[in-house]
Amino acid sequence: MTTSVYASPARKSVLEQKQRSERRKLMLYGAFFVIALIAPYVVYPVFLMKILCFALFAVAFNLLLGYVGLLSFGHAAFLATGGYTTGYLLSTYSGLTPELAILAGTSASTLLGLGFGLLAIRRQGIYFAMITLALAQLVFFFYVQSSFTGGEDGLHGIPRGKLLGVINLADNLAMYYFVLAVFVFGFAVVHRMVHSPYGHVLKAIKENEPRATSLGYNVDRYKLVAFVISAALAGLAGSVKTIVFQLASLNDAHWHMSGEVVLMTLVGGVGTLLGPVVGAAFVVSLEHQLAQSALGDWVNVILGVIFILCVLMFRAGIIGEFQKFYKKNFK
Amino acid sequence: MSSEFVLETRNLVKEFKGFTAVDDVNLKIQKGHIHALIGPNGAGKTTVFNLLTKFLIPTRGQILFKGDDITAMKSAAIARKGIIRSFQISAVFPHMTALENVRVALQRFEGNSFHFWASEKTLNRLNDRAYQLLESVGLETFADTVTVELSYGRKRALELATTLAMEPELVLLDEPTQGMGHEDVDRVVELIRQAAVGRTVLMVEHNLSVVSKLCDRITVLTRGAILTEGDYAAVSQNPKVREAYMGTESAAVEGAH
Repeated sequence: MTTSVYASPARKSVLEQKQRSERRKLMLYGAFFVIALIAPYVVYPVFLMKILCFALFAVAFNLLLGYVGLLSFGHAAFLATGGYTTGYLLSTYSGLTPELAILAGTSASTLLGLGFGLLAIRRQGIYFAMITLALAQLVFFFYVQSSFTGGEDGLHGIPRGKLLGVINLADNLAMYYFVLAVFVFGFAVVHRMVHSPYGHVLKAIKENEPRATSLGYNVDRYKLVAFVISAALAGLAGSVKTIVFQLASLNDAHWHMSGEVVLMTLVGGVGTLLGPVVGAAFVVSLEHQLAQSALGDWVNVILGVIFILCVLMFRAGIIGEFQKFYKKNFK
Repeated sequence: MSSEFVLETRNLVKEFKGFTAVDDVNLKIQKGHIHALIGPNGAGKTTVFNLLTKFLIPTRGQILFKGDDITAMKSAAIARKGIIRSFQISAVFPHMTALENVRVALQRFEGNSFHFWASEKTLNRLNDRAYQLLESVGLETFADTVTVELSYGRKRALELATTLAMEPELVLLDEPTQGMGHEDVDRVVELIRQAAVGRTVLMVEHNLSVVSKLCDRITVLTRGAILTEGDYAAVSQNPKVREAYMGTESAAVEGAH
């Protein structure tokens, strides 16, 4: 009797609809991927790589804010830790290949994320944000004082090296496709996480934490796993970014950076997979355009205004508003 | 002696600064009973619930589940022992479908809840069981409805289905009929009666007609302390209970809501 209802026409049509929207989503991702493959022949590759690095950073951040409901205000620490570790290793050991340096940078951020997470995860809302901010400031001043980071000067002229000892990353096109591959990997990890058994528990925790607890889920542990993976991916973004620009500086560790990733995610659409990508592209492009125009000094003012408009008028962000519009008019 | 009681509290006390919310409460919940905890607003009923499930930490006293001391356990661990609670405000996952609400509960037994690398399709094997549970509370046609869109009564029914998915030994229901119209109340009473078969239920309830229909035993709480205990007939005749509820001895308890 159960199975007969279960296989009812209504239920079937729901499932079919689900499959259709799944297919549409795949097609959309495919289209983005094709554009990304062609893009470096049209647009300056270094600019594109900057977008991809920040997009990965924002995707990592959004995993926490969008899918666990935790606002971390210390993600700059993970970006910078990845960057400094990778940069230091590549400048110091000339024989080291970039993929190993990236692995080391990512691991360092993962460990730092575990440390932050263990201290912060029991707190919620503004307290969680404040603890992560405080810890990130601690890390910032550590990097200011440390000799291996080059202090105020940062690390310059970091060699890009040869990927796996074969592919010379000094070539911008080769570098671009490598960055694209790393980004796709990071995006795929988050996509899979969100659509996994674990992702369903995360969603339940985000929606109603006391209820998830009362069903027997140890919510702090689930949050910690998400926090550590988010830190790892932020570190990955920082590591790759350092290789692209051959530079690691205090900018990445500064709390401005933690704020900027919040902005990117909100503008693009928090809690959507594509939102942070679009948001990162938007913010990076805008900064790039403004820096070249007469309004160069007004970058932060203009970004501030956009942030305010975003919070007041279109809270769902670019992708979120688009989804709403699509649902309203085409379904 | 203690084995016939599923749940027992010994001298349970919760003090907030300068205020004793729960004062020396000794509860004994007999296996298989539907036990009601009643009392006027602010009597400490929900606080007792929060203590039992460790959403609050007791100041003093002991909590025993089937004879084991669970006073030091954490909320999630208590749930895993088989005590599942509901909340005053309907505890659902609003942006998940009804089916997903039940499934996320069933998932806890699967041991895959940390599998962030696996596909969500692995959860589909739970669909049949989730569907049965929805059917048992009359929600099978709403399986794919997003929960926010359900009526209040249906949300509570869904919550019950989710609770039952955990196959709890002891169910704690915090005002299951609060804010409901008559039809919904009757439905929920029927659901609780069904759900209680083979289980023990402890419920906080304001609606005395519900209590009279459902409950085997009633504990009356006022100002954090137990006023009296007994079956409905005994409790409703007790002049002290009338006074606590209505402020006067003469008023009838039946009308209280």
